[in-house]
Amino acid sequence: MGLLSSTVSLTQYRVEGEIDGSFMDIVTDALKHNTIREIDNEPEEKSVGWTSFHTPFQPNFEGSSFMIGTHLVFGLRIDKKTIPSKVVAKHVKMAIDRRLKDSERESLHKNEKTEIKDEVLRRLYTRMPATPNIYDLIWNYEGKILWFFTNLKAANEELEILFSKSFKLSLVRMFPYTAALLTCDLADPQKDALEKLSPTTFFRGTHA
Amino acid sequence: MLDVSVAYNRYKFLGHEFLTWLWYMIETDRENLMDPAAGFNDLHIGNRVVLENSSHNRDEVISIKGDGAGLEEGVIALQKGAKVTEMNLVAQAGEHEWRFNIKGESLNLSSLKPPETGGVEKAEDMEGAVLEKIYLYEKAVALTGHLYRLFITARVSPDWEPAVVRKISAWIGKA
Repeated sequence: MGLLSSTVSLTQYRVEGEIDGSFMDIVTDALKHNTIREIDNEPEEKSVGWTSFHTPFQPNFEGSSFMIGTHLVFGLRIDKKTIPSKVVAKHVKMAIDRRLKDSERESLHKNEKTEIKDEVLRRLYTRMPATPNIYDLIWNYEGKILWFFTNLKAANEELEILFSKSFKLSLVRMFPYTAALLTCDLADPQKDALEKLSPTTFFRGTHA
Repeated sequence: MLDVSVAYNRYKFLGHEFLTWLWYMIETDRENLMDPAAGFNDLHIGNRVVLENSSHNRDEVISIKGDGAGLEEGVIALQKGAKVTEMNLVAQAGEHEWRFNIKGESLNLSSLKPPETGGVEKAEDMEGAVLEKIYLYEKAVALTGHLYRLFITARVSPDWEPAVVRKISAWIGKA
């Protein structure tokens, strides 16, 4: 979901760690090294990488094109090919039948069937274009805050993995416990109390 | 700090208690929720409240949806031991309005609709449009952060059970 859409979903992160050295050089290199790789006409099922906010289908991290004000603005792109299981089953069955006929046998070994299935998948993935999904993000480096514009679990997991791999920094997702500990300015005795909390029963009366 | 995945599941209840407390505060003590520095002058429940009752080995979900929907069913659910798991909030600053859903277990914001901004007609307008959106999202994020901070401060206080929970219980009983 694009950050300029009229409605958005937003997941908040705290960025842990520091970049040692020239920030812009290191970030630019990391973005370039982990840019989304096109997999159309390739036998791969999925590709995950960074892309430009302005031109998500022609990623370009030259200059400081990803800086807007004091924020880094770019996107996570996940390209995926999904082949319906019935299509896979049909092509596997046809390939097995062809192999049986050519070899004049009545059955195939399990390993042979696995090889046929892998070959069929490679062929189908090569012929199928990938569906791109783009999720914008805003990284306030000074504030150690990152907003990711989706709540989808799978996309958030891909973000956390790629961010750590690219920048050698950790993302801590903000949820009730982490938000309490990291954003609520609690004193040590309050943090101790937080660790010991157990659920509250709000209504002590009797329901009629 | 606890392992993140362990902490997520173990402290889900805090998010549900936060939204239940927030409903009570909006109904009874709205003025004390507002951060004067943030510029919001009103906060109310919008068109969606979801409650869940996991007590007594049941797993009951009660959804109240629609503009102008009454929350009576929700109160009955609270009386039976349910807590709020998701809520649509409407915050107002003068004539500007922010609408969003907040989910208790993750504190994720969804369907966040800030005040309308002008469209982007030329490439050179893009940077200004992004900065304007960042400013508007920041307002909603800061508001929820402020509300959560108020809740957590009350929640870890020794007064939580004797003062706050007692009042919430009375409010649920009376509603």
